[in-house]
Amino acid sequence: MPVIPKIPIGDLIETIVEWATSNLSIIFDALSVIIDFLVSALVSSIMFFHPLVAIIISLILVWFIANKKTAIGTALGLLLAYNLQLWAPSVETFSLVISATLLALLVGIPLGILSARSDVIHQIVMPIMDFMQTMPPFVYLIPAVFFFGVGNVPGLIATIIFAMPPAIRLTGLGIRQVPEELVEAADAFGSTPGQKLVKVQLPVALPTIMAGVNQVIMLSLSMVVISAMIGAGGLGAIVLRGIQRLDVGMGFEGGLAIVITAMILDRITQSITERRKAKI
Amino acid sequence: MDSSNITDETTGNNNSVNNNKNGRSESKVSKLKVEELYKIFGDHPEKAFEMMEQGYSKEEILEKSRQTIGVNGVSLEVEAGETFVLMGLSGSGKSTLLRCLNRLIDPTKGQVLIDSDNVLDMNQEQLRELRRKKLGMVFQRFGLFPHKTVLDNVAYGLEVQGIEQSERRESAAKVLDVVGLKGWGDSYPAKLSGGMQQRVGLARALASDPDILLMDEPFSALDPLIRKEMQDELLSLQAKLNKTIVFVTHDLDESLKVGDRIALMKDGVIVQTGTAEEILTNPANDYVEKFVEDVDISRIRTAEGVMKTPSATITPKDGPRLALRRMREQGISSIFVISKDRKLEGMLTAEDALSAADNNKDSITDIIIKDIPKVAQDTPLNELIPIIAESKYPAVVTDENNVLRGIIVRGAVLAGMVKGDNE
Repeated sequence: MPVIPKIPIGDLIETIVEWATSNLSIIFDALSVIIDFLVSALVSSIMFFHPLVAIIISLILVWFIANKKTAIGTALGLLLAYNLQLWAPSVETFSLVISATLLALLVGIPLGILSARSDVIHQIVMPIMDFMQTMPPFVYLIPAVFFFGVGNVPGLIATIIFAMPPAIRLTGLGIRQVPEELVEAADAFGSTPGQKLVKVQLPVALPTIMAGVNQVIMLSLSMVVISAMIGAGGLGAIVLRGIQRLDVGMGFEGGLAIVITAMILDRITQSITERRKAKI
Repeated sequence: MDSSNITDETTGNNNSVNNNKNGRSESKVSKLKVEELYKIFGDHPEKAFEMMEQGYSKEEILEKSRQTIGVNGVSLEVEAGETFVLMGLSGSGKSTLLRCLNRLIDPTKGQVLIDSDNVLDMNQEQLRELRRKKLGMVFQRFGLFPHKTVLDNVAYGLEVQGIEQSERRESAAKVLDVVGLKGWGDSYPAKLSGGMQQRVGLARALASDPDILLMDEPFSALDPLIRKEMQDELLSLQAKLNKTIVFVTHDLDESLKVGDRIALMKDGVIVQTGTAEEILTNPANDYVEKFVEDVDISRIRTAEGVMKTPSATITPKDGPRLALRRMREQGISSIFVISKDRKLEGMLTAEDALSAADNNKDSITDIIIKDIPKVAQDTPLNELIPIIAESKYPAVVTDENNVLRGIIVRGAVLAGMVKGDNE
């Protein structure tokens, strides 16, 4: 017989979620609209082109941003996805990942900057991030459905929460690691705090921040399959269908397309950092 | 900002130490003044002050109140155009003191006056303005921005002032030329050697043409040969630019070389302030004495420090008999001849004067020896020794106008080589 009664954490969370659902719906609706618009705008602008045209465009773009090798690899990977008839879900997954990454960075990088500037914020943010990263991502799906219903939006929200911590952590770390003398130099020549941040701290921290961006992208991709469980589309839905039907072939093809997307995004972000290193 | 006046001057190899010293004796303007400055690191500086009043030592205060005394009641004055060296071992508070001057570290108590404005009273805006316009800083590990080209590094101070890119790059290129890095503007700092990187650091500090340069062990990270080259470079630059420089170093030789005056620090306190010669010949306490004991004093002491006022002189209009009488009175065998405005004419020996007197000549102008060893006031003893050794007569010290300042006899040179001899 338990002497100490169970602490009603679960009940408490339920109450909070219920309260938020009924009282904060305006915020959630607005978020919903913004995210939906972002994703569908990306999807429709890529789908505007014939897949082969889109592949050629991406070949040129990647060649320009990254390098020849990455560009050719990208084109071959995309051709394979097209051949597997997974073009449309690939585009949707790509759009979801890019949207999630952008939004995660939009919140994460400023938070990282703040946590680098203030020890108090750092102390508060760190445990929250540990929580965000280690809590099984499935758990986010439940309140996400409450707030946003089913579909791409709740999937994306869950993805953002799951993928954001590296952006905060590595931005904060990157800025804290800027050599003391460089910060002193920036101050000694009369920089305002903003000038110091933009002209010195962020550029010097950029390789570390880019490593964070890379991780955000990878984590977003790993959430794509999971968020398919609450109705997000794309390759995750293909894989999920493969699981539900015990269709090994379909599951593998979907998985392969995810791997291709992941490798393309990984190589592009990495080569941006390397190109900068080679220059300096 | 006007960097043109930096570049327009021609490169000449002039003796800058000389210039500085002259500059100092002419103008007694204090550009920078520090009064009773304290920096306590810790949350409760008032505890440290209380304990200091009760006479506790730095270590005891650290142990009992966890407050570290960085700078302990320092006062100093730096004149315009002077190179003032803060010297001390690591932990002596010299770098902390330097950073208090531009408030990279905020002092706990005291005053820092630059052109009579109290830096500690300034708000952030005023402080930025001061840092932008009046203060340039050079760092030990250069502190160059790795993501900016050399040119943009140099232009940084102008960039934060909001000066347009083309304009600031033009100014930066000129300053880069001054430090001997013409054509390196498009490189990134990592591609440059240490010595070149510090030239960039120096150029960056000079770019906005500040009055005051704060240099934090600028050459300590360089190889000995490069260090020497940079010291020479700084001296010749300083001769042209005439900045007020506060120079931090732990290297005694360096401070003797670049400094017009030196403040020796220990445990956050200035133990002694003075010229190299003053510190070497008259150390304030055992600590200073130990610090300077390995210095080759003959390189530091100058003719001015060992010369004597001639006991008697004559003018060219005097006759040989008067000359003889003066020599006899003073017990000397030769006498210097100076004009009415104290310009050196030459020297007369007792023998020549005697034969002239025997031949009943009234004028000594024929027998004045013009070819006598002359040295400047700042000639170091090690250069004096060969001159004295080769000559039968005392060496004569004259200034740039050929005015007689004093004479040097062999015994005085030898005595000058002995440390602690303040006479």
